[in-house]
Amino acid sequence: MKKQPGLSSMLAIYRRELLSYLTTPTAYVFVAVFLFAIGLFTFQVGAFFETRRADLSGFFAFHPWIFMVFLPAIAMKLWAEETRSGAIEVLMTLPAPTWALVVGKFLAAWTVAAVALVLTTPLWISVNVLGAPDNAGIFTAYIASLLMAGAYIAIGSVMSALTGAQVVAFVLAVLVAFMLTALGAPIVADFFNGIVGGGLSEAISRFSILHHFDAAQRGVIELRSIIYFLSLIALCLAWTGLAVDARRGGAR
Amino acid sequence: MLLQVDGLRKSFGRRRAVDGVGFSLDVGEIVGFLGPNGAGKTTTMRMIAGYLEPDEGAVKIFNIDVAQERRRGQERLGYLPEGAPLYGEMTPWTYLRFIAEARGMSLEAARHAVRRAAQDARLGDSIQRPIDTLSKGYRRRVGLAAALLHDPMLLILDEPTDGLDPNQRHAVRDLIKRLGEERGLIISTHSLEEVDAVCTRAIVIDQGRIVADAPPAELKEKHGSLENAFAALTRGEERA
Repeated sequence: MKKQPGLSSMLAIYRRELLSYLTTPTAYVFVAVFLFAIGLFTFQVGAFFETRRADLSGFFAFHPWIFMVFLPAIAMKLWAEETRSGAIEVLMTLPAPTWALVVGKFLAAWTVAAVALVLTTPLWISVNVLGAPDNAGIFTAYIASLLMAGAYIAIGSVMSALTGAQVVAFVLAVLVAFMLTALGAPIVADFFNGIVGGGLSEAISRFSILHHFDAAQRGVIELRSIIYFLSLIALCLAWTGLAVDARRGGAR
Repeated sequence: MLLQVDGLRKSFGRRRAVDGVGFSLDVGEIVGFLGPNGAGKTTTMRMIAGYLEPDEGAVKIFNIDVAQERRRGQERLGYLPEGAPLYGEMTPWTYLRFIAEARGMSLEAARHAVRRAAQDARLGDSIQRPIDTLSKGYRRRVGLAAALLHDPMLLILDEPTDGLDPNQRHAVRDLIKRLGEERGLIISTHSLEEVDAVCTRAIVIDQGRIVADAPPAELKEKHGSLENAFAALTRGEERA
């Protein structure tokens, strides 16, 4: 059987992008800052020891808020850097479908996020030493966190493809990520409650990342939350593809 | 016919970058694109390479319309963008492997193709050093090797010798001449002497239009020298 033509292109893009994360210091710095931040929040704000419970709720609760800054920083270079260096011209004159470029790059950034998550597992081991946590629940929360990370990276990917400047891409992605996340925060829900009433405000909050991560971080992931995260990823990647393809048309 | 370009037009906003460019190219021809900055050389080359879509007109490579069947067209051409952008943190070897695999070659075919293209572009011993540490001339040859990987019949090289020292320029020109023997090449350049040295045909572009299309010798005969021809044919006014 003949190999799907786009697939090998996608894998090549994925490998190259991952290699560039491994060989440039930026990703290491971001992952280190992420681990530092997540540790700080878990122990200081989340009061990991003081709660005297063997669980990781104080850890997962901060994931959306830290991810929405950390992951746009990982994703900001995906397209903007290619535009700056001109290498975008090399990529777009390869006989490869646009989706292969988009998905390959996305998967590489997602892998970095996955590695960062894996590096937090000593915490998981620690709670097992300290007590008897709900390990299945923690595993579920990790999966939900990974899916959520994919959504934030996909948002970062769109902004990187749209703007062509890393810093602008980062700021816009954080802004969009913040809005999508905070729609589910009680303070925002209360605000909408006052304007549009309870029903609509409830509906708005259901579109938020926070709403879907909330249940999952307690160890229960619903199918519709999985679908929500996967759709968000698919939507953002499709938008990235459109933004990349739009360049061929120039300023028409 | 290797390449057939008909009535290409492209505007950016209100500015007409390319305004009805048409020509054809056969195997064995090395065409030099000449023209002032902003004349439309790069935009034309980008449209041929399938990086930009023309507003009007068509590019056909072996009768394949690049706008209609972009990937089939792109499989048949090699393109060196202006400034030969590369990934500095990679080595020429890993970069060329990446391009070969992204072009859909199997691992075995990619290894073979990289070895052949590296040899054609005379990459030599530095192939395992990070691209960032290599000279401009060497990097340009890496870009050329990347354009050659799939052994295309048509090569589009945007300013392949720009910014190189005389020795490096000489090496790249030799390579271009060698490649042109059994392929079709389009190069853009600001060096009239280069057109004289390597091109079998000169296409002078000004304000998005072809103003001359003839062998360099013919242009010289008509205008006395290529410099005179260039000055007479192009308005050369500075454009923003």
